[in-house]
Amino acid sequence: MRDKQRQPLNLDEIRKRLEQAKGQHYWRGLEELADSEEFQQILEKEFPRQSSPLGAFLHRRQFLKLMGASLALAGLTSCRPLSMRKVVPQVQQPEEMIPGRPLYFASAFPIGGFARGILVESHEGRPTKIEGNARHPASPGAMGVISAQIPAPLNPDGTPKHLGATDAFTQASILTLYDPDRSQSPMYQGQLSAWTDFTTALAAEMGKQAAVRGAGLRILTENITSPTLAGLIQELLKKFPQAKWHQYEPVHADNALEGAKIAFGEPVNTIYRFDRADVILSLDADFLYSGPASVRYAHDYATRRRVRAGAADMNRLYVVESTPSVTGSVADHRLPLRPSQIQAFALALARALGVPVSAPQLPAEQHKWVNAIARDLQAHRARSVVVTGESLPPAIHALVHAINHALGNTGQTVVYTAPVEAQPVNHTESLRELVRDMAAGKVETLIILGGNPAYNAPADLAFASLLKDLTQRNGFTVHLSLYEDETSALCLWHIPESHYLEAWGDVRAFDGTVSIIQPLIEPLYPSRSAGEMIDTMLGRQRTSYDLVQAYWSKRLGTAGFQKAWRKMLHDGVVPNTALPPRSVTLRTEAVVSAAQKLKPTAQGMEVVFIPDPNVWDGRFANNGWLQELPKPLTHLTWDNAILVSPSTAQKMGLQMDTGGLANMVDVVELRYRGEKLQAPIWIMPGQPDDCLTLVLGYGRTRAGKVGTGIGYNAYKVRFSDALWTASGATLAKTGERYPLASTQQHHSMEGRELIHVGTLEEFRKDPAHLVRKPSPEEEHLSLYPEYRWEGSAWAMVIDTSLCIGCNACVTACQAENNIPIVGKEQVARGREMHWIRIDRYYEGRLDNPSTHLMPVPCMQCENAPCEPVCPVGATNHSEEGLNQMAYNRCVGTRYCSNNCPYKVRRFNFLKYNDPKEPVLQLLNNPDVTVRGRGVMEKCTYCVQRINAARIEAKKLGREVQDGEVVTACQAACPTHAIVFGNMNDKESVVSQWKRQPHHYGLLEELNTRPRTTYLAKVRNPNPDLEGA
Amino acid sequence: MPQVFHRSSNTLARLSIVTGAALLVSSVLIGSNLSRSPYATQVGVPVDQPVPFSHKHHVKELGIDCRYCHSTVEKSAVASVPPTHTCMSCHSQVWTNSPLLEPIRQSYLNGTPVQWNKVYDLPDFVYFNHSIHVQKGIGCTTCHGPIHEMNITYKAQPLSMSWCLDCHRQPEKYIRPREEVFNYNYQPPANQMELGKKLVQEYHIQKGQLTNCSICHR
Repeated sequence: MRDKQRQPLNLDEIRKRLEQAKGQHYWRGLEELADSEEFQQILEKEFPRQSSPLGAFLHRRQFLKLMGASLALAGLTSCRPLSMRKVVPQVQQPEEMIPGRPLYFASAFPIGGFARGILVESHEGRPTKIEGNARHPASPGAMGVISAQIPAPLNPDGTPKHLGATDAFTQASILTLYDPDRSQSPMYQGQLSAWTDFTTALAAEMGKQAAVRGAGLRILTENITSPTLAGLIQELLKKFPQAKWHQYEPVHADNALEGAKIAFGEPVNTIYRFDRADVILSLDADFLYSGPASVRYAHDYATRRRVRAGAADMNRLYVVESTPSVTGSVADHRLPLRPSQIQAFALALARALGVPVSAPQLPAEQHKWVNAIARDLQAHRARSVVVTGESLPPAIHALVHAINHALGNTGQTVVYTAPVEAQPVNHTESLRELVRDMAAGKVETLIILGGNPAYNAPADLAFASLLKDLTQRNGFTVHLSLYEDETSALCLWHIPESHYLEAWGDVRAFDGTVSIIQPLIEPLYPSRSAGEMIDTMLGRQRTSYDLVQAYWSKRLGTAGFQKAWRKMLHDGVVPNTALPPRSVTLRTEAVVSAAQKLKPTAQGMEVVFIPDPNVWDGRFANNGWLQELPKPLTHLTWDNAILVSPSTAQKMGLQMDTGGLANMVDVVELRYRGEKLQAPIWIMPGQPDDCLTLVLGYGRTRAGKVGTGIGYNAYKVRFSDALWTASGATLAKTGERYPLASTQQHHSMEGRELIHVGTLEEFRKDPAHLVRKPSPEEEHLSLYPEYRWEGSAWAMVIDTSLCIGCNACVTACQAENNIPIVGKEQVARGREMHWIRIDRYYEGRLDNPSTHLMPVPCMQCENAPCEPVCPVGATNHSEEGLNQMAYNRCVGTRYCSNNCPYKVRRFNFLKYNDPKEPVLQLLNNPDVTVRGRGVMEKCTYCVQRINAARIEAKKLGREVQDGEVVTACQAACPTHAIVFGNMNDKESVVSQWKRQPHHYGLLEELNTRPRTTYLAKVRNPNPDLEGA
Repeated sequence: MPQVFHRSSNTLARLSIVTGAALLVSSVLIGSNLSRSPYATQVGVPVDQPVPFSHKHHVKELGIDCRYCHSTVEKSAVASVPPTHTCMSCHSQVWTNSPLLEPIRQSYLNGTPVQWNKVYDLPDFVYFNHSIHVQKGIGCTTCHGPIHEMNITYKAQPLSMSWCLDCHRQPEKYIRPREEVFNYNYQPPANQMELGKKLVQEYHIQKGQLTNCSICHR
């Protein structure tokens, strides 16, 4: 069925077309540009996703017969009384718990050892949704820095709600809690075992180690910032002085650590104040998306990009990078360079800014960039930031410290503190040391707390085979983890780990602020936290609660502790634990000598490794929400691919097909240092030539039902001396083809004028010129008299200047609204269910286009085209202007979706939301209907939240106030690009945004009168680099 | 040419047309009546419970306020069935040996909840909120019927959508002064419509909004 009409992309043709295009020209993807007959057919068919899989084997007559019979029989189902259900009250009602009303508890989500502050919504003891905690530095909210522009959302009693921003990982982490594939019992040599057997065996082993002062004992953890856990490990090391503690994370800031050591002679933690920066240069740093402070950085960055009439000022972002990233996609100027070229670029820039290094000769084009950026940075001394990514070597990190120093940024926009980690180590070296000991037979007892090193350790360290050997040589190997994974399989014992929502703990944020991890639910399965495990090794049996309390009562003193403890839990942060800024002394000579040792050249094809934007280092591989989330920029789901530039693809004869729904792409074989890897390719506009990007986190063999066996495992070719970049790889076409499911071309709106972009200069001159307003004839053209919207009129405005495409809104919406996942095959048919999608538009040249992003939820049109075509009145309008959807009335004709110009309606083609596993039912939001098969659904503006706020307001006899209703997407957005409110209230933020001159509605000329509208994107290009 | 059909065929044909039509009409009538009958709606059918709790005894004879047990009715969407502790606040002192109360005592002792059978069970796609109805002058007995006369609780109203809409379209027919909401003896006055209209205005009830789908379905 698939391959009949496929044609390879003709990149030459595309390039020619782009060159001939006049004026601003936006394109959604390569397929659209190719404008092949097949693509046209997709569009004309309008709903390829509606092509029925039945069509192949069911004739129309048969179908009608079956339908007739089922209709007749369907009536019978109503002829029986409803079955009896139970009401189960508590025995003792806990204080503050009111059945039917959620409670919110502050906690923290640890990832890579760093905290994101969260508020968890709990329904009768069942966590269902995660919001950010605005009191926490890593999840800034409306009450934070920009309170003047966005008032704090209000609780029903008028107090501000402390909702903060989050990222997609935080939102999706709740699904992992309820994942039926989580391990539920200790395993001994792969067989189910009992807890008592394990504790007995562990006690015996620890006794044995105590006799040799722990000489054969090794502990391997992930990155640890937890004061309690670190304290316990120190206690253990004191009891077993010969034992060693190792830390390993596959994605960790080793290069930053080494760079700081070169620059300052000691490890330091660097915090950037993007809210104070006028000019930002990122050297391969995806600071808006990855890293422990990304949500905060995105927020701070966006505070300087809110362009409003009368306040038109914004920062400027330059990005020089080797893989198109979230940060690169929002840059004012983006320069794609290979990693070796970035090193040369950094050297040249340092030289231009007065750091005494010698720099290689750059090509004229890059030279122009260096000069322009250097001038801009110089003009904004102490108000600029240069930030560098993990892919660059330590010397470049040191060099960037020197650059910031030379620019006077130190202490202003770049703040240094002591390291946040309990013991800052180079993780690769730490693991190498362990591996050396294992190979030398010095290790007898290996306790692995979390992580999955057998899967994600560098290939040359051969950790997996050494671990297997150790277990076979009667070594006592234990793996504590959420899943029985690749590492567990090689250990003697696997012990189920408590999810962070199940056990007490503590964790620090990027700035050192400690949060208590407060569990929301009793462990679903008998399990241990890492702290409890260490405590067991110390021969005690304390609970995670006792451990955390014991640490903090010791640290804070017992006097008044209970009060302080309750406040810590309530606020979600421990006061005064943020690390104070410290002064550092730059060792210029060391920096220069390290930088001069760099050889910024590379042989042949260069390779870059990036963590997957969704499953990260592989830890979220079994999380269906993250697997199905369209990855930023590629919009791939359920797979990873090797990213190649269009020119490289052409040179190597690699092809990607247009037409059809799944993209058929070439499979290549990558060879590097004797290792081979087969993987599909993805042609990525904006990728530097001769540079391949490999995505970590896939190719799992024991992830669970969702994540096992998809994608390729890039760790196979990742070596400890080339963790992030490598050169000298070769690529060969295998001749095989592989289908990839990308959602980019789904729900296409056919090249109408959708996105409006202008420069700051243009905005200052004539802001209204940025957008196309409908002509008076087009506007308000109706046979009917004007409808008067009284009371609340809900509306939303999205500022496209601020959207960074981080997908937090998409995942938040999924969690809030019980949106199912459908699987790769269904996504390939265009049947993904997300209620909000982020459209990506390219502008300009194929090799380095500008990227523009546009989140598209339901427009809630006042003249909604979907409504008149519904034969059963299942979708219609509310008094408050909601385009509402009565699921139980929908008969599934899909006419509404056909008539929707925005393509925002989603249809349950199959019974997607049918959790066979009872544990998954615990996840559902009880305030939102779980939709069945054959039902249309779409964004409701979170009507459950509107209703809750309206009811509370009415009970108090007042109107709903501005900021009282916060939609799920709005709450999650790190940049506060989305506002929601009552547009009849002229003072509301949403009304203020709607009065902006660069405000416009999508396809407004169709007279749909959308309630969801946009602010045009404003860029701030450097005139010296215009056209670059 | 001989006639193919006998004369009686005419009668048969007429008869079958009439019977067919009658069958059609009656099946529609039977179907629609059946679905409205207590057989389908369970209206008036007492529901067995683990403990034969009598609202008549507790409410009418002892005069306990609704909110003593249904404590969240003014705060939350659900009125809530009381926790075992609430029962025991009296029954640790009175009827301490009653065999009928054994499940309650067991529950309290073992910490296992009592599983009551649901009498008023709305479909999952309907979201009803007690607190706003109580606040806006809809009395308990308007939906729950003569609860103070029920020995074993039964459903007093069909909970069909048309029944809901009857009030959502014309709340003035049922609304009562706020202070009378929990009064089970309340009788609508003769001038209900007049009083109702006044109260609807006074309580800021936006009638138009009440029939919006998303008020109950979301």
